[in-house]
Amino acid sequence: MKLTLKIWRQANASEKGALKTYELDGVSSDMSFLEMLDLLNEQLLHNDEEPVAFDSDCREGICGMCSLMINGEAHGPEVTTTCQLHMRSFKDGDTITIEPWRATSFPIVKDLIVDRSAFDRIIQNGGYISANTGSAPEANSVPAPRDKAMRAFNTATCIGCGACVAACPNGSASLFLGAKITHLGELPQGQPERYSRVQSMVGQHDAEGFGGCTNIGECAAACPKEIPLDVISQLNKDLRKSMILG
Amino acid sequence: MAAGTHYLPGLTPTNEAPVQKSDDAAGYYVLGDKLVDPKAPTGPIAERWTTRKFENRLVNPANRRKLSIIIVGTGLAGGAAAATLGEAGYNVKSFCYQDSPRRAHSIAAQGGINAAKNYKGDGDSAYRLFYDTVKGGDYRARESNVYRLAEESVNIIDQCVAQGVPFAREYGGLLDNRSFGGVQVSRTFYARGQTGQQLLIGAYQAMERQVAAGTVEQFTRHEMLELIVADGKARGIIARDMVTGEIETHLADVVVLATGGYGNVFYLSTNAMGSNVTATWRAHRKGAYMANPCYTQIHPTCIPVTGAHQSKLTLMSESLRNDGRIWVPKKAEDCAKDPREIPEEDRDYFLERIYPSFGNLVPRDIASRAAKYMCDEGRGVGPEVDETQPDGTVKKFRRGVYLDLGAAIERLGKAAIEEKYDNLLDMYERITGENPYELPMRIYPAVHYVMGGLWVDYELSTNIEGLYCTGEANFSDHGANRLGASALMQGLADGYFVLPNTIREYLADGPFEPISEDHPAVVEAKQAVQERIDKFMSINGTRSVESIHKELGLIMWEYCGMERTEEGLKKAIGLIRELKKEFWTNVKVLGSADSLNQDLEKAGRVADFIELGELMCIDALNRRESCGGHFRAESQTEDGEALRHDDEFAYVAAWEFGGEDGAPILHKEDLIYTAIEMKQRSYK
Repeated sequence: MKLTLKIWRQANASEKGALKTYELDGVSSDMSFLEMLDLLNEQLLHNDEEPVAFDSDCREGICGMCSLMINGEAHGPEVTTTCQLHMRSFKDGDTITIEPWRATSFPIVKDLIVDRSAFDRIIQNGGYISANTGSAPEANSVPAPRDKAMRAFNTATCIGCGACVAACPNGSASLFLGAKITHLGELPQGQPERYSRVQSMVGQHDAEGFGGCTNIGECAAACPKEIPLDVISQLNKDLRKSMILG
Repeated sequence: MAAGTHYLPGLTPTNEAPVQKSDDAAGYYVLGDKLVDPKAPTGPIAERWTTRKFENRLVNPANRRKLSIIIVGTGLAGGAAAATLGEAGYNVKSFCYQDSPRRAHSIAAQGGINAAKNYKGDGDSAYRLFYDTVKGGDYRARESNVYRLAEESVNIIDQCVAQGVPFAREYGGLLDNRSFGGVQVSRTFYARGQTGQQLLIGAYQAMERQVAAGTVEQFTRHEMLELIVADGKARGIIARDMVTGEIETHLADVVVLATGGYGNVFYLSTNAMGSNVTATWRAHRKGAYMANPCYTQIHPTCIPVTGAHQSKLTLMSESLRNDGRIWVPKKAEDCAKDPREIPEEDRDYFLERIYPSFGNLVPRDIASRAAKYMCDEGRGVGPEVDETQPDGTVKKFRRGVYLDLGAAIERLGKAAIEEKYDNLLDMYERITGENPYELPMRIYPAVHYVMGGLWVDYELSTNIEGLYCTGEANFSDHGANRLGASALMQGLADGYFVLPNTIREYLADGPFEPISEDHPAVVEAKQAVQERIDKFMSINGTRSVESIHKELGLIMWEYCGMERTEEGLKKAIGLIRELKKEFWTNVKVLGSADSLNQDLEKAGRVADFIELGELMCIDALNRRESCGGHFRAESQTEDGEALRHDDEFAYVAAWEFGGEDGAPILHKEDLIYTAIEMKQRSYK
């Protein structure tokens, strides 16, 4: 198939960017979206134009490195990561607009690449269970109810891609936060630090400049791992309780 | 061991040192001195590690604060080590090329992690896990290292549960297990099809906790491009800041490489796009031995290639072999039919037929070759592709076999299968556009893991003093074939429990004399990196890095893939040498070196893959035996099974860099077993 691509080009964080239009022929419907961009880059190289920079690594939907706003939607039209989106979701003659994640807390590095280090800093502020290596008790000495363990797992599948932030009109990372709070809060091992964790993670979230949640739900709709919106209720519940507990 | 004798495993050799008679690689290498692991432990096998942990010196907490450690790579081996050494109070600098440590490719491991907990009461023990691993590796691993791994496996599970890793649980709240290939007990712990992700997030969070505590400093989007060896000791690295292009010097008392495997030498593999050999290859060029580079794991259950545009391959967890039955049509004329229309009696469940006792759960190397043979016979399924034969003619093949969940869905219900494999089956449907609940899945082998890597002694130290290597990047624990669910075990055992207990013996002599940035070794390393980058930018040829990488991959897959021959390997070496010239005279890299430049990053990686590819072929050529993932057509039994030659090849091939145009130097480390007897593997 033949496509018209409008792609955000920006040399670095300080220069101004703009959308640039490219025509691309010979796209197969079996290609992944990123393989389509590989094809474009091969063509650009031959025309002595610098290839488009974009992030990707595992290309199997689990590392969270890939991003892209595709026709205004985070990760494009399907509920999956960009690397798992395939060209069979598009048709011959389509025009596709490709932009980087749009959020103040994710500054642009180059072209379609953004800086998501704010997520690491949120995790550094309590997104863990303190258990030094070697100090752990026998694994089966603390049973965890199966339904709670399942909910912990389901929220722990967050890949930290940032689609929730990119999709949110407020640029909030509440879904990312809520997923980690729920993962660790559902497990018996996570109880001792539960309420200090929520306070320090929320504090860092706000300090990074992410916006507040106004229950719009775009985040959960865009999440490639289908993290449910109710993790934000859990987040708020734990935050309120932490304030009462002081 | 003979029945009835009073036997204490670990004291009496059960085999003799090998003596190689063939010399297929004559002219391609130089024979060096024999190699002996200077730190190999002795005594009964079950006591070796405990004794060593006690004997290794301690570093008191006040001194730890004065010692610095560089760790390159943030997967299970690197992330776990950074967290643990940070907790201990050392100054750790952690490097990764991704934008966050959480993205390391350990994250993509699906099926599970082995541990000898014996929660199922099915007769498991550390000794049995050790036995299965050495046997599964076709008796090409060091027994002391493997026993230590089996012993530490139980501690890993405890550690991960304490960190909040949400393993699958039974209704009573206790941990669940499943079976994996090559074994008959149920010892694999799992988190649906995302075990690697959950374990990595555990290690990542533990590491981030240390970043907050100030013991670990993390450098993301940084790529190690050179090792600094000063006065005989590894003292630091040269890294490129991939955003600014700045070439940075980082110095420390000790350097750890935890940089994963080099499967991308085949271009198509299940590795991440960025996975590369550069860190270990640069260390190799500085003197570190590369061991068994030809040992490659070709995983049987991957999604088949769809076309020339393909950038990577995707694994479907081996755990699917617990419930899926693998088959091809009995008759070649049925291969293009809708599989649902092929009646039961016309299906050939070839693994169950050839290997009745292990059936669909035979080890990976065996399952992969069997699938290849079915397709070679003309009984493959899926789209037809043209393949050029050695004689130049073109023949059509279908490269795929069915993995059929139909019987399991009928027996257990769709919901049960969904709960076990949901994300995998979704992924399959995304990539192929076919629904695996309705149509049998199509699978084919793909490069997945490398057992080869930097040579390390029992303490995980390379032959360069002060340079350690952990996880997939080293060669130590899996022999010639890795069993399923053992990579995660090794990565975490190395990172959490082994390295922290061995590196202290080295660091007890530190802190070492500080070196400055104008030390000749630092200046030389930095200059070499700069010159190489300048060279890439200035060739200005006509070919993309990508196209050269693809060509290398085709050569490696054809001649150094699932089946290797003397003739093919010699041909491959010639082709790779030509390709190397092509690269250095005709590659094209645009943009600038002092900004983010993905083609420049890739050029450096591919240049190193080309050199590695040649060494892999030489190693494969020398090893005229079939063992594990290395199958030489010249060495097979009458019924086509792999045939080992323990009397000639029961050794680790450790290769020393022979200079820019020199031949590599082979050092042999004999494998002598005392706790297990070598047997020809049989899964029939």
